[in-house]
Amino acid sequence: MLKLALLIIARDLRLSMRHGSATTMVMGFFVMVVIMFPFAIGPEQKILERISVGVIWVAALLSCLLSLDRMFQTDYEDGSLDQFILSPVPLELVVLAKCIAHWLTTSLPLIVITPILGIMMNLPEAAFLPLILTMLLGTPALSFIGGIGASVTVTLRRGGILLSLLILPLYIPVLIFGSLAVKAAIGGYPAMEHLMLLSGFSLFSAAIAPWAAAAAIRAGLE
Amino acid sequence: MDHLVSEILRGQNLTCIRGDKVIFCDLSFDIPVGRALILNGANGSGKSSLMKIIAGLLPAQNGEIFYGSHKDTDQNILGDKDWISRNICYLAHKNGLKPEMTVAENLTFWANMEHHEGDIRAEAKKIGVDHCLDLPVCYLSSGQARRAALTRVLCHPGRIWLLDEPTVGLDIIGVELLCGLMNDHLARGGSILAATHIQLGIDADKSTTLNMSDFSYSASSRLKDNQEESLLC
Repeated sequence: MLKLALLIIARDLRLSMRHGSATTMVMGFFVMVVIMFPFAIGPEQKILERISVGVIWVAALLSCLLSLDRMFQTDYEDGSLDQFILSPVPLELVVLAKCIAHWLTTSLPLIVITPILGIMMNLPEAAFLPLILTMLLGTPALSFIGGIGASVTVTLRRGGILLSLLILPLYIPVLIFGSLAVKAAIGGYPAMEHLMLLSGFSLFSAAIAPWAAAAAIRAGLE
Repeated sequence: MDHLVSEILRGQNLTCIRGDKVIFCDLSFDIPVGRALILNGANGSGKSSLMKIIAGLLPAQNGEIFYGSHKDTDQNILGDKDWISRNICYLAHKNGLKPEMTVAENLTFWANMEHHEGDIRAEAKKIGVDHCLDLPVCYLSSGQARRAALTRVLCHPGRIWLLDEPTVGLDIIGVELLCGLMNDHLARGGSILAATHIQLGIDADKSTTLNMSDFSYSASSRLKDNQEESLLC
């Protein structure tokens, strides 16, 4: 079972590497969105410092959305999804593996370049580590919940916008606890409860996403 | 020799409705071991839908599918995912190959997913794509890609092949090779359900033809009328 999941993850990573552009474009979008804010608001360091955490989190959510609609769509279009359903591998495992692959190819690169954007946004020094930590804990939820959305819209030709409308409201808890935890860390308050809620939300979404998404795919293909 | 009692894949009174259109109704078929059933019929007559129902990808409105050697002990396999994944190999219209990966990578991946037994290179040679194994699928012509997809069928452990227009894109030599391989599969005790518009050339004594138009519900509007009437009542 574990070996099969690893094979599916390896396949998706390989596809993403061969395709090349997807991950780079998501990273480029992430950088661009964050850069827009100093232009719009002005270079006043105090203001940038105050909004930096929120801006980086929102930009990460939006970038994550960009690549979501392709999660099952390419497999649906070339017939691989039918084959996955017919294979002895449980569809739930396929979904789980694909969500993990999505996290590795989308969220992880975003987290890697976050420190650079932090410098650009005048992020307080004390906030760098907490921000990265919260992103590591919170972004899995983005991929898992996004997986549910992607499975619901897989058979729709232009499901991208519907997908955003469905998924963004569900990302709000991640956003709230993610930025609260960082703010608490900056202010010197205990951030543990926020971090625990954040990881709890990620674990919860990891637990329900495979079943919900697999059911949605089965229903969608009929 | 008990195991020689031939096992039959038997569909009974299958009805398929998609949207509010009756695709076919009351369709029954028998596919004994070692025989092929060829589906004929116009576009949209439900050949692909029938295959998807057997493969468990579409629900049947009505009817059952059994497998076994005796009517009393037959197993109802409609929607039985475990049984289907072990015994049925389905080749759809789409090839199920990733254009970014090479043929060999694609086939190795599915070999792991579906527990294939065959040697990929040897099977690919039989259908004439062994020289393309290390090329990405996006470089292949549609016929070569179809042959690559057929290689997956050849490696698949399932004994029942559902082939949805397997010859699309194949040249004359490809069709001949495929026909030979299908005859081999029948001789080994496999069975085949194939939808096609051309003469495959399977040995006449081993194949039966099913014409989908015999099961079309030509007056499909009648059902709707009946439903509307019953609603009115």
